[in-house]
Amino acid sequence: METADLIFKAIFVVAVFSVSLVIAMYSTYAERKVAAFFQDRLGPNRAGPFGLLQPLADGVKMFMKEEIIPAQADKNLFILGPALAMFTACMTGVVIPWGDSLIINGKEFIMQITDVNIGILYVFGVVSIGVYGIMIGGWASNNKFSLLGALRASSQMISYELAMGMSIIALVMMSGTLSIREIVQLQPGAHWNVFVQPLGFLLFIICAFAETNRTPFDLPECETELVGGYHTEYSSMKLGFYLFAEYINMFISSAIIACLYFGGYNFPFINSLGLSHNMVSILGTVVLFGKIFFFIFFFMWIRWTIPRFRYDQLMRVGWKVLLPLAVLNIVLTAVYLLWKHDLWSTSLN
Amino acid sequence: MQLTNRSKIVVNKQMSFIEKLYLPAIVGGLMITMRHFFRKKTTISYPEVQREYTPVYRGHHVLKRDEEGRENCTACGLCALACPAEAITMTAAERLPGEEKLYREEKYASIYEINMLRCIFCGLCEEACPKEAIFLTDKIVNADYKRDSFIYGKEKLVEPVDASKRVDISGRLKAHRKS
Repeated sequence: METADLIFKAIFVVAVFSVSLVIAMYSTYAERKVAAFFQDRLGPNRAGPFGLLQPLADGVKMFMKEEIIPAQADKNLFILGPALAMFTACMTGVVIPWGDSLIINGKEFIMQITDVNIGILYVFGVVSIGVYGIMIGGWASNNKFSLLGALRASSQMISYELAMGMSIIALVMMSGTLSIREIVQLQPGAHWNVFVQPLGFLLFIICAFAETNRTPFDLPECETELVGGYHTEYSSMKLGFYLFAEYINMFISSAIIACLYFGGYNFPFINSLGLSHNMVSILGTVVLFGKIFFFIFFFMWIRWTIPRFRYDQLMRVGWKVLLPLAVLNIVLTAVYLLWKHDLWSTSLN
Repeated sequence: MQLTNRSKIVVNKQMSFIEKLYLPAIVGGLMITMRHFFRKKTTISYPEVQREYTPVYRGHHVLKRDEEGRENCTACGLCALACPAEAITMTAAERLPGEEKLYREEKYASIYEINMLRCIFCGLCEEACPKEAIFLTDKIVNADYKRDSFIYGKEKLVEPVDASKRVDISGRLKAHRKS
């Protein structure tokens, strides 16, 4: 790798990292503001203009809080839990194509940290590790509520990961690649995957809600039954890390949904604007962020609309509804592909 | 036997396929929340914006003076008697020569205390008063840290002599004279 490449990647890594942190920070503000608006309230409006400094105030509060580690807790694991949750949350942004490419001094730099050819698998793998953060935290707290929350989280994640993986298989069958960048490139203009894979998209977004522990699947931290769920015993910035990780996950999930099903940085009439390559790329990135923000808003919209599932309902939906539907979707896609490529005759004979 | 006409027959109807999908219901719910999103907010941002009080609002008490700046109260004790919360106490004293400018009649309250934590702001003291001396105003009793500081003496209750600083009780007075 050349020096220019290295410098560009280094800048890009720092940029992606800080952007996801800032977005996670302001997601907390957005969540409170959106929740307030849905409930005919005004939301935080005291810290700074329109309450825009509220996330900073919250952060300062989190840092200043007393740090309590329960006497009966396993200290090392107790610290490892939130660290792992945060670590895995930050790792997923690596394979997402944030934009097309920039041409600087005649050299092309892709706006992605790394284009792994198994990008989707990488995301699934890292997200699965994320459950360890919750599980270890819940276990190390040595508290019934935490343990129950952790148990719920892990079983829920495993159940929904299956349906999620299945729903993506149909998409992979159509695209013929696992690289997220290539999947995005296969959706030029408005030829978005959501139009050819509506069922797959529906399954995927439901599973994405479950994976990020958002309502209606927020049983791991359901206040009404489990105090705080897996983070009952956590305080100060460790709690902050858990909450922060949830928002980063939400941001990354939105980015993945936008990339896989809504054309990523593609938008209609992309080539008829007559702009330079770099301008189109930057515009594409802006459009991608627009899509991401819409999905973050959608996450919040759902949260303040739908009540929480009961645990048996959650499991039933996961195993008896989503999984069979995902399999059905695969079969339908397979039939369609066979018909499209006229493989009926060749494969039947 | 049917006691009321409000009873309803329970129907254990099975959900149809569309209903079992839940998606139409979810979309309906989303539309409802979205309508609320754009609705006018009911919040009043308090210190900056203050809601208008009704003219007959019952808040902080005031002990009135007459036009010449003399205290109306004669320490008859009817307000204390009328008070259902037993929040009012007073000590009567005789007006000395030379104090005619301070007190309207021969007897006055040397100590007049209302415990604002006991007071229920019902306005019965005002109704009981034969001298139109005590009124409730639209002022709010401030929060404080100690219970003792909620016992308001004359220094907090009696209105200033200065004509421009008099407490306006016209709203209450109207209601008072009507009853």
